[in-house]
Amino acid sequence: MTATSENLSMVETPGVAWRKQIRFALIGALSSAFIALAGMPVGLDGRSIIQPVLSMGFLSLLWVPFVLATIAGSEVVLEGMTARTRDSKDLLAGGIVGLGSAGGLVLLMVLIQNFNLRDPLVNWSPQLLNLLSFNRSLAVGGLLWVLLGLILGVFGGAMHVLPKKLCSRIRTVVLSVFAVSVLETFLTDLLEGFRLEVLTDFVYYKRGGLEVGGALLVAALALLIPLLVGTRIRDVKKQVVDLPAEERKRVNLILLAVSAALLLVLPFFLGKIANELLANVGLFVLLALGLNVVVGLAGILDLGYVAFFAVGGYTTAVLTSPNSPGFSPELPWPIALIVVVVLTGIVGLFIGAPVIRMRGDYLAIVTLGFGEIIRLLFLSDWLSGWFGGAQGITNIPGVDVGIGTVKGTDPRSVFLLVLVFCAIAIYVSWRLENSRLGRAWMAIREDEDVAEAMGVNTTNTKLMAFVVGAVLASFSGAIFSAKVGSIFPTSFLMLVSIIILVVVIVGGMGNIAGVIVGALVLIGVLGGPKQPGLLQEFSQFKLLIYGALLVWMMLKRPEGLVPNVRRTRELHQDEFLQDAWLKGEIDTGDQEELS
Amino acid sequence: MHLGGLRCNSTTVTLGTDVATTHDAKRISRVLWVDRFLTFIRLAFVVVIAVGLFAFIAQQIDPQNPLARWLNPDATGLTAPQFKGLLVTGLAQGAMYGLIALGYSMVYGVLGFINFAHGEVFMAGAMSGMITSNKLADAGLWEDAFLFCLAFVVITSILISTAVAVIMERIAYRPLRGAPRLIPLITSIGVSFFLQNVSVVLLGPGAKSYPSLPTWLSQKRSLLGFEIEGTKLVVLLTAAVSMAGLWFLVERTKTGKAMRAVAEDKEIAALMGIDVNRTIVTTFAVGGAMAGVAGILWGILFRSVIHTTGFLPGIKAFSAAVVGGIGNLGGAMAGGLSLGAAEATAPLVLLEPLGVDGVSQLRDAVAFAVLIFVLLVRPSGLFGERLSEDDRA
Repeated sequence: MTATSENLSMVETPGVAWRKQIRFALIGALSSAFIALAGMPVGLDGRSIIQPVLSMGFLSLLWVPFVLATIAGSEVVLEGMTARTRDSKDLLAGGIVGLGSAGGLVLLMVLIQNFNLRDPLVNWSPQLLNLLSFNRSLAVGGLLWVLLGLILGVFGGAMHVLPKKLCSRIRTVVLSVFAVSVLETFLTDLLEGFRLEVLTDFVYYKRGGLEVGGALLVAALALLIPLLVGTRIRDVKKQVVDLPAEERKRVNLILLAVSAALLLVLPFFLGKIANELLANVGLFVLLALGLNVVVGLAGILDLGYVAFFAVGGYTTAVLTSPNSPGFSPELPWPIALIVVVVLTGIVGLFIGAPVIRMRGDYLAIVTLGFGEIIRLLFLSDWLSGWFGGAQGITNIPGVDVGIGTVKGTDPRSVFLLVLVFCAIAIYVSWRLENSRLGRAWMAIREDEDVAEAMGVNTTNTKLMAFVVGAVLASFSGAIFSAKVGSIFPTSFLMLVSIIILVVVIVGGMGNIAGVIVGALVLIGVLGGPKQPGLLQEFSQFKLLIYGALLVWMMLKRPEGLVPNVRRTRELHQDEFLQDAWLKGEIDTGDQEELS
Repeated sequence: MHLGGLRCNSTTVTLGTDVATTHDAKRISRVLWVDRFLTFIRLAFVVVIAVGLFAFIAQQIDPQNPLARWLNPDATGLTAPQFKGLLVTGLAQGAMYGLIALGYSMVYGVLGFINFAHGEVFMAGAMSGMITSNKLADAGLWEDAFLFCLAFVVITSILISTAVAVIMERIAYRPLRGAPRLIPLITSIGVSFFLQNVSVVLLGPGAKSYPSLPTWLSQKRSLLGFEIEGTKLVVLLTAAVSMAGLWFLVERTKTGKAMRAVAEDKEIAALMGIDVNRTIVTTFAVGGAMAGVAGILWGILFRSVIHTTGFLPGIKAFSAAVVGGIGNLGGAMAGGLSLGAAEATAPLVLLEPLGVDGVSQLRDAVAFAVLIFVLLVRPSGLFGERLSEDDRA
């Protein structure tokens, strides 16, 4: 290393930034009060995490001091500088943030008791006050909150003081207990399939939530399993990484085959609820994979993506349903699918061609306009002779596959069908990503003019992105209409486009695995536009959370949960260059490593 | 082979057109079929408009004549008062769109991205107006001292909208200065979604109504041969006054000069001693204030507000800003008025004579079609856009 960077590493970042802590305390106060007024504590009180200790409603308030104190305590250590040694002052800092958050709640409680603002604010109710004060007097409740806030805040601050390993253990334990509790419906369903009701009966309370004993069991397992097998897993991983490239490829392939086989068997062990849930997730995986091609690979922000979903769904309905008002050939689903794919591809071209030369942001609005126009046309009386207007098209038959029919009343078959199409979509996107076309898309995403100068035919390439995206969405639409059995314009609101966009962005733009993770986490847990997720109680808050997530991800982690390497570099170009400069890489001429 | 053919094609095209216009090179396409298709769409738009107008005229002359009956057997035609009524309604709504459009236009001019959440700033104005006016009505002041109440309501809703816009800028957009172009746009979609749902969880999901207006305000008056409802007159007047105020601010004051300078070039403006951050905040604040006024106008016109109130007017206002030329304030107002008029009249003037059923359902579709048509025919808007060097693409 050069002399400059040695000098730099002597510099320590200064002590606790008290101003920042106070700012976070205020943020904590505001967010606690907002969450309380949004009705989360009351609305989510019915869902318990650990019976009778902790309900989702209280959790919605309790995470605030802890998480904010952790965030407030984290400090960016610049390249070449050493991190400050943490001490008891950090605990105090966390405590301040915690106290702030609790203070917001206490103030709110005092206000609710003395004033009545029920008129505009629907959640300004005695019920909220009772809940917040733990059914006791205001003073006792307030004192309890101050204590809770202080403890949680100090704990949050402690996450920077305690050894790293211990912190990660604690995190695993807390997250596993939470996850096991959230996954309750799914796990009960799964274990029932294996005739292991004994286990779920022990862990879960009859009317939802973990038993205290169950929670302790899960915590113990989460603590012990990494201790017992953690090192072994690391060894195996290291062995695989050390293998020569070809053998590693083979191992990966075997792993892939095994997990695919497991996935195919899985539906037979799941009950109705879990299959239904996963089928919905699968539909969104299909949509998100399609949007990922458009937004993630080609960098075209299509806000009217739901249009293709709608065209796919409606075409299937018209072609297969005997109730289709205008034209009813009653084709079998597989043949209809071919027509659907071709037609949606053409619609993709028709929508893509006029917008392809527009600026990125104009394109977004115009595609949004197209999406709404298409929905309005399906809804209108003018075309109701074809599409049924607001009454939609009903009585869509299921998919006849020889051994049985795939229809909504049998979620298992739907899930299997969705799995098959997801596999196709994953294969297609994976192959496309590494193809000439895929590289052309990424080139356009990074710089259209340069791509054009390099000989990429930008117009055709971008149109291809539209068409591929449209076709993938049409799969989803075709399965959707066969699954639901009827189709209405209200299923294709602009909201759907935005939710798919959130899935792609939260998961990780331009990354297939990321998109799947995004759909599993968001659609599976929170639920889709109309489909309930595991946390059904969240249905009134899920859109709020989607919006907040989108903003937060864009601000803090634009590359998503599972980032794509190239995309990350693109988004953090400044930081990469800065780091490189500090390391002295730019001056020493190591620029090849950067790009 | 394929590639060779393309390259060859491109050279001939380049040679065939004016070589001197190198900065226009992007327009010269290698794929001609897209251009043909675009021309076809433009022609199709023009043909629909022409045939619709022709049929409309035929039907106005005599609903029974064969030309009118050919396309729409049930043609009845419009009476002059009906048409004037539509036009006035359209213009009043258009004035409101214009006020919202100013915010889009100014932010686009200064920061170069579409602030998708501006429609929600408008919604916040309408919501706060609903709350204050209902409180005043409960207190019995609304009927007795209407003008005083109106002033109070307008001021609170301006304050709320401005606050929302400024906080939004501080939290969501300032950290993203200099990020790739689509990042702030996606963020603003998130902000828009979030604000809509904040309204749902705080104020409840249903539609809420404004208290009824005094009769002397809502009764019809005749003016220049038009029968105008008082409310629409108020809307048009308020829009005109706000527009004049904004024009004065931007063109005649030091703050306005700073705003124009920042829109032209942020770095040079900073070198000239202008506080760029503060100017951007001012821009958001002024846009928010205009949206707040528009929110009250919405309340006066429709007397009902719901969390999605901001969405469609927001998109339409953006369309209006594009129609008038983005970054161009006069253009935004003119674009708003013409979009409002087109949206109100086009379904009955163009589509009804063509035999389309249920035309009023297609109003929003018409607004989007206007946006698409303008972007296809004249992407820089009717009155020309004013953007900084970097944002012109």
